[in-house]
Amino acid sequence: MSAHAPLIHARGLVKTFGSLTAVDAIDFDVQKGEAFGFLGPNGAGKSSTMRMIGCVSPVTAGTLTILGLDPGRDGPAIRARLGVVPQLDTLDNELTVRENVIIYGRYFGLSRKELRGRADQLLEFVQLTERANDPVEPLSGGMKRRLTIARSLVNEPEVLLLDEPTTGLDPQARHAVWDRLFRLKQQGVTLVLTTHYMDEAEQLCDRLVIMDRGKIAEEGSPLELIRRLSSREVVELRFSGEAPALEADAFGGHVSRIDVLPDRILLYTDDGDALVPVAHERLHPQSVLVRRSTLEDVFLRLTGRTLID
Amino acid sequence: MATYPLRAYEYWVASYRRVWRGSVVSSVLNPVLYLTALGVGLGKLVNKGSHPLGVSYVAYVAPGMLAAVAMQIAAFESSWPVMAAIRWTRQYQAMLATPLRVRDVMTGHMLYVATRVAGACAIYLAVLAAFGTLHSALAVLVLPLAVLIGLAFGAPIAALAAWAPKDNVLSSLFRFGITPLFLFSGTFFPLTRLPAGLRDLAYATPLWHGVDLCRHLTLGTATLGMAVVHVAYLLAFAAIGVALALRSYTRTLVR
Repeated sequence: MSAHAPLIHARGLVKTFGSLTAVDAIDFDVQKGEAFGFLGPNGAGKSSTMRMIGCVSPVTAGTLTILGLDPGRDGPAIRARLGVVPQLDTLDNELTVRENVIIYGRYFGLSRKELRGRADQLLEFVQLTERANDPVEPLSGGMKRRLTIARSLVNEPEVLLLDEPTTGLDPQARHAVWDRLFRLKQQGVTLVLTTHYMDEAEQLCDRLVIMDRGKIAEEGSPLELIRRLSSREVVELRFSGEAPALEADAFGGHVSRIDVLPDRILLYTDDGDALVPVAHERLHPQSVLVRRSTLEDVFLRLTGRTLID
Repeated sequence: MATYPLRAYEYWVASYRRVWRGSVVSSVLNPVLYLTALGVGLGKLVNKGSHPLGVSYVAYVAPGMLAAVAMQIAAFESSWPVMAAIRWTRQYQAMLATPLRVRDVMTGHMLYVATRVAGACAIYLAVLAAFGTLHSALAVLVLPLAVLIGLAFGAPIAALAAWAPKDNVLSSLFRFGITPLFLFSGTFFPLTRLPAGLRDLAYATPLWHGVDLCRHLTLGTATLGMAVVHVAYLLAFAAIGVALALRSYTRTLVR
């Protein structure tokens, strides 16, 4: 493998389940050392893609190479070099925190002697040293997630796959997980993650693709995507009752796009402050907020506001 | 790759270490209680008659019980634990994220089932010896036979448990499968006592083959021809069971 060959390379990658096409001919490359994200609503095909990269789900069609190897043929060899944090925990609740790490390390064929030292280091890394000898069962969701991350690092993986690493965690627990992931990134571990949290993608990803209904809708760095697909700032006008109807060109060239929601109007603009007095005068909103445009704005624009289940 | 199944096996051993005390106590207590009740209690009544079995009732029933215990332990360890490892603890999925393959996960589990059966049956055999029911040195062959009985049940049941959409399938298995087999496979009385139709059905069950060979081994009346037939029958069940289990595991776990 040449120095510049991508760590993960996909062309026309397809995954179908019966008549359902979960992943519909997608192309992407993940480079060594980067943090790469799959962003998208539920059912967009993120997890199916991750499971193919993790060599646990066979590729239906297209090309996929991981570390230069073919997942169909070299699954065990690839998995030996991957770390996986699955969406649903696969911890054994009755074993202790430490035993969970050690048993998992044994699956990789590491010696018990080696694992004892490594388990201590990893538990310290995820701040679970004090719980090392407790069963997993009573741990909080955030602690279990950190343990899953510790466990996934036991084989010193070159690539870490994280499927919705912070879904269901409270804000403190999310930040604790992000903090650990930052450190791993600094150590040169390639991160591949799926998320539907925009802030997570903005915080962690160097580059990301937005998936929608099995296809890749957009690709770029978080900043690039915001620049290209949204405006610099968003003015949020809140109304006590129903938001008034507005023409698309109500503010002329100052506003690139207008979103009218039941109780809010979003104005996408490059100069929010200049727009505030005008908006006040014309629409009499209850409150006005000028904020930086986020990936969420990009995401909602691309995938729409309709609820997907 | 040869050691892969052992890595999966290790998980089950670690998991058993949590419950081993209780498990060993019941492995000793069960045969003692059963053989006391059946041998000393019921046996008194049975032996009073014309002694139709040729041996004391306890010597007759003890090897049958051992074979049935091999079945029960294997059935238990291959049913709920398999379902749990797929649906509840998801430990199989954890294993499959590592270099282990489906066949390693399945083989590792079967190794564990074999170990559990061997352990419990070794204790059972010791209790049988203490009750003076072993009439032949060939009785030691009962242990590998018990493991074979365990696999003949464990492998197809693991296939069922990996496929089963709900755990009531497993409750039904015990209610309508394991319990009747335990009672009507020649464990407690000769099959000649059953009506013809039922008798043929009982002869077809793998447990009867295990019970019959087990009994002849402990009583010292086994012949090579008989042993070959019984072992071949059980081997066929185990081999088909393993093939089915592999298929069922793959369908459930590799999507």
